[in-house]
Amino acid sequence: MIRIRGLTKHYRVHKRPPGLGAAIRSVFHREYTLVKAVDGLDFDVARGERVGFLGPNGAGKTTTLKMLSGLLHPTSGELSVDGHLPQSRETAFLKKIMLVMGQKQQLLWDLPPAETFELNRAIYDVPKDEFRKRLDELISLLEIGDQIGKPTRQLSLGERMKCELAAALVHGPRVLFLDEPTIGLDVSMQVVMRDFIRRYTEQFGATLLLTSHYMDDVAALCPRVVVIDKGQLSFDGKLEALVQKVRPEKRLTLRFSAPVAKERVAELGTVVRHDAAESVIQIPHDSVNGAVGRALAELPVVDLNVENPPLEEVMSELFGRSRAARAEGESAS
Amino acid sequence: MSSLKALPTLLRIGFSEAIVYRAEMLIWVLATTMPLIMLALWTAVAEVAPVAGLAGRTWSSGSFVAYFLIVFIVRQLISSWAAWEINFEVRQGTLAMRLLRPIHPITSYMAGNLAYLPQRFLVTLPIVVVLVLSPGLEHLSKSPAVWAMWAFSLVGGWMITFFANIAIGALSLFIESSVKIMDVWLAAFFVFSGYLFPIDLFPAWLRSASDWLPFRYQIGVPVELVTGGLTVEQAWPLLLRQWGWALGLLMLALTLWQVGVRRFQAVGG
Repeated sequence: MIRIRGLTKHYRVHKRPPGLGAAIRSVFHREYTLVKAVDGLDFDVARGERVGFLGPNGAGKTTTLKMLSGLLHPTSGELSVDGHLPQSRETAFLKKIMLVMGQKQQLLWDLPPAETFELNRAIYDVPKDEFRKRLDELISLLEIGDQIGKPTRQLSLGERMKCELAAALVHGPRVLFLDEPTIGLDVSMQVVMRDFIRRYTEQFGATLLLTSHYMDDVAALCPRVVVIDKGQLSFDGKLEALVQKVRPEKRLTLRFSAPVAKERVAELGTVVRHDAAESVIQIPHDSVNGAVGRALAELPVVDLNVENPPLEEVMSELFGRSRAARAEGESAS
Repeated sequence: MSSLKALPTLLRIGFSEAIVYRAEMLIWVLATTMPLIMLALWTAVAEVAPVAGLAGRTWSSGSFVAYFLIVFIVRQLISSWAAWEINFEVRQGTLAMRLLRPIHPITSYMAGNLAYLPQRFLVTLPIVVVLVLSPGLEHLSKSPAVWAMWAFSLVGGWMITFFANIAIGALSLFIESSVKIMDVWLAAFFVFSGYLFPIDLFPAWLRSASDWLPFRYQIGVPVELVTGGLTVEQAWPLLLRQWGWALGLLMLALTLWQVGVRRFQAVGG
């Protein structure tokens, strides 16, 4: 469905220091730097697949999504979405895809969302019956019946995002590029959006490429993740495998019936948190069975839980390493 | 084809937006009352002594009334603001949302601008009433054929305005902002279009310069046509030039857009 080979996008960015002198100098002489936003990216996404597209800020995620949706012309490389060259922006291509950017909106600000839905029906040439049926479904799934008649500017952020998503899906796109779709939403609204996106992709067999800084979005929606950094691919595989790669340890949570000294718990692994009644330790993946056995035999354990480290922590570590490597590179040059 | 099918909905929704912004539009109308000020000025001059035009025409206060009231009406009907819209959307990155839709952005700008026409017709109605009751009425053409040509010339005038807006707006895809270029265009428009002074009162060299520029074809030609400044025989070649400008600017706008959009960086987000 999506094929990317050797994709690059380089920008020339005007750079000047602050101050009046620099401003005047820049009138006569401009300095430019070359920014390699995407730098030789390769990956494929199969039809109906849901892929999390991750990376630290400035990694090139949004630039890639914008190239995939035809907004930006690549500097070089090959790109194809369902057999279309995105930058040609053919009508057939634009009818198949949708890019939702959490920080940009297509809803008409001063008119009710219902007017944007109607506008999209006309622009995407959706037959009226099909439009009515799909819109009713979207209204019911997203619970926006009370909102679609109010001017957009009077809606809360969460209500607006739900209407934004409905506007984006009213023509039934088969490829969704979602860029931070849950940004700024409260936890319950995030859950509603996630459930809805999963149901939509399952129902329509739609392909999803999702960027989000909320790891719960990724965990709930995307069995596969592609991680990029400095515009290059740094990981492509199952989310579980990424966690294993970055943090090859498991978290063992132990609850005790009687106080236990920290030193005794430390014999099992690295103590992450400890108090008299509960302890969390980190242990290598292949030592889990042994550690669990010892804990049950030697400590007054009443409850025990083994899990992966929180995804937020894994990503924070992954992106932290990347920032450190970048800083090292910059100081070396 | 789907663009044509979508056009009625685009116009209807654009009209709904125009109603929301009615207060803003009234303020804009107030900002375009310069012809009425020029009307007061020139009628005062003509009352002292008739003003002689270059082509041997004598301008009375009645002919100035007819001229400037028609200028006001024509300006309302041929307006476009697409250049400012495009500049804003390019700088904010919101042009991205327009580019994602399977309809040419120029079509959607066009529908957005045309959707304001019903309101503009309403604004011109009181001026039409004033015109009918004023001494200016006797200086207006009574020939339906001339008024049909006038309507045709309004379409040409609107096309020049709109496609010049698109072409200048598209320049913002090449340079950081093209608003100042639009300001220069407007300054030239005010001088050479006949908006502030009838072209007939220009010195000969300025008048021939205005023949070779697009501005006279936006305002001057439609106004002169119905206020006795042009005969039908004189008007046809000018209308031909007007449509030449309209089509030339259409081609220029499409080319600049096509090339410029490749440079769009969809900033933000």
